[in-house]
Amino acid sequence: MKGRVSLWLGLGLTLVFALAAAVSFLWVPQDVTQLAIANKMKPPSLAHLLGTDHLGRDILSMIMVGARTSIAVALVAVGIGMGLGVPLGLTAAAHRGGWLDEIIMRGNDLVFAFPSLIIAILITAVFGPSALNAIIAIGIFNIPVFARVTRGAALSLWTRDWIMAARVAGKGKARISVEHILPNVLNLLIVQGTIQFSLGILAEAGLSYVGLGAQPPTPSWGRMLAESQTMISLAPHMAIFPGLAILLTVLGLNLMGDGLRDWLDPRLRRAR
Amino acid sequence: MLRYVTKRFLSLCVALVVASAVIFTLVEVVPGDPASFMLGINAQEDTLAALREELGLNGSLLSRYLDWVGGMVRGDFGTSYTYRTDVAGMIADRMQVSLPLALYALALSTLIAFPAGIWAAARRGRVGDVAVMGATQLGLAVPNFWFAMLMVLVFAIKLRWFPAGGFAGWEKGLWPGLKSLTLPAIALALPQAAILTRVMRSALIDALGEDYIRTARAKGLTRGQALRRHALRNALIPVLTIIGMQFSFLLAGAIIIENVFFLPGLGRLVFQSISARDLIVVESVVMLLVFAVIVVNFAVDLAYALVDPRLRTRE
Repeated sequence: MKGRVSLWLGLGLTLVFALAAAVSFLWVPQDVTQLAIANKMKPPSLAHLLGTDHLGRDILSMIMVGARTSIAVALVAVGIGMGLGVPLGLTAAAHRGGWLDEIIMRGNDLVFAFPSLIIAILITAVFGPSALNAIIAIGIFNIPVFARVTRGAALSLWTRDWIMAARVAGKGKARISVEHILPNVLNLLIVQGTIQFSLGILAEAGLSYVGLGAQPPTPSWGRMLAESQTMISLAPHMAIFPGLAILLTVLGLNLMGDGLRDWLDPRLRRAR
Repeated sequence: MLRYVTKRFLSLCVALVVASAVIFTLVEVVPGDPASFMLGINAQEDTLAALREELGLNGSLLSRYLDWVGGMVRGDFGTSYTYRTDVAGMIADRMQVSLPLALYALALSTLIAFPAGIWAAARRGRVGDVAVMGATQLGLAVPNFWFAMLMVLVFAIKLRWFPAGGFAGWEKGLWPGLKSLTLPAIALALPQAAILTRVMRSALIDALGEDYIRTARAKGLTRGQALRRHALRNALIPVLTIIGMQFSFLLAGAIIIENVFFLPGLGRLVFQSISARDLIVVESVVMLLVFAVIVVNFAVDLAYALVDPRLRTRE
């Protein structure tokens, strides 16, 4: 029951922001590249539902366009993590106990030991700040997460009788991994993907807050917060709304992840 | 036990060597020549060459790597290109902010998470539990730098209880220093407390389902007594792991919060050094942080083996 509530609430919140991002391609209340200094730092009104920023841009429009950046960065970062992490995890599980498994898992531990934010800053500093480099920096740290989740789930599958049957039938380790293991860990990967997606949105906001994410004039939630900081006592709405956008998106994804977990795997309901 | 410790220690050493090689290579890729950066664009070619020689930038990649690692082992972290001071001293200065900040945040997070997690686990499925879990969902979703900005607005600008930024230093006594670290520590502690509360709660719920709890109840202990005397101890293992991880995370992960409050900590040092192309500082601080993470994890592993005899024999 509780799982259903979080699933629907999470799905609803996520859809609102996904829709806002999609609609922004076709229509926004006001063009975000157009400055209107005379109209700057106006509190919320009927003309500007969430007010205007220090350059007179409509904050609702900025948030809608900013959602595109956040979603794109986090989504591709999850893609990188899954694309590399899942095959690594499957390989490690197929060769469990062997040297390949050992190397992959030690490599994982090593990546985990690096302070992710500092390395992300280092990467964006080496290759220049841009949305693409933010994606790479966030994506790298998704790889060990997916490798570990995949390996953990795959390990218990390898002991099952039906896997033994497949081996007796003459299928190789790689083929079993793709045809039998992968479909059975997919549920878990979807749940983990949702969680990493929300973490990616937080990470992107943090990077663009310190100026290392998407560069101007592309609006991003993190930079909107950075710009609002010096004016926070004059125009608190400039800080409140972009922050709420991040909060609600991340909350929606987390709730959806929890709900999906309960829905896809009733066995896990007990512990939660 | 000895075999376990040796094995763990060897993998610790391998991790440190690989980590240092990765950091060194990554930093070597940074475009820009530190010598011309220090002297400006109008520098003479021969002064540039002399400075490069002085900084040891002319040696081969391998010899520079070995110099760097050898120096760190002896406690010599080199000389900063931009500040012209010794890096070990700079790190020590910044540690006076970062270490207390990390400990403060960790203390806050533990102080919130223990009672909240225990309370929720004891009331599993009831209103109190649902409320605590809802609060942790919010704690996980709030971007901590945004929360920090809102706290500055309320507690520093409107109420004037705390400074809006900067660090008062420890010279004037404990209170001014602690005061300037309070808002940053709360902002850092919030998501950590949410994670720790959830771990505490689910570890306790797992432990409460074990047979020894049924035995304890059967011999006449109340639910509360069984929880305190038996479940809590067994739930501590996952909780301690997370606390260990959080400490190293807080030490390194404070960059953004340090930026919000203009705190002169380690994170801000790395951030400034990267933009100033001060490679030696970047390398050394990042290596130090990775070292801290790896060593803390090693210590946590050892602590388990000492606390839980099952882990020693399972090898």
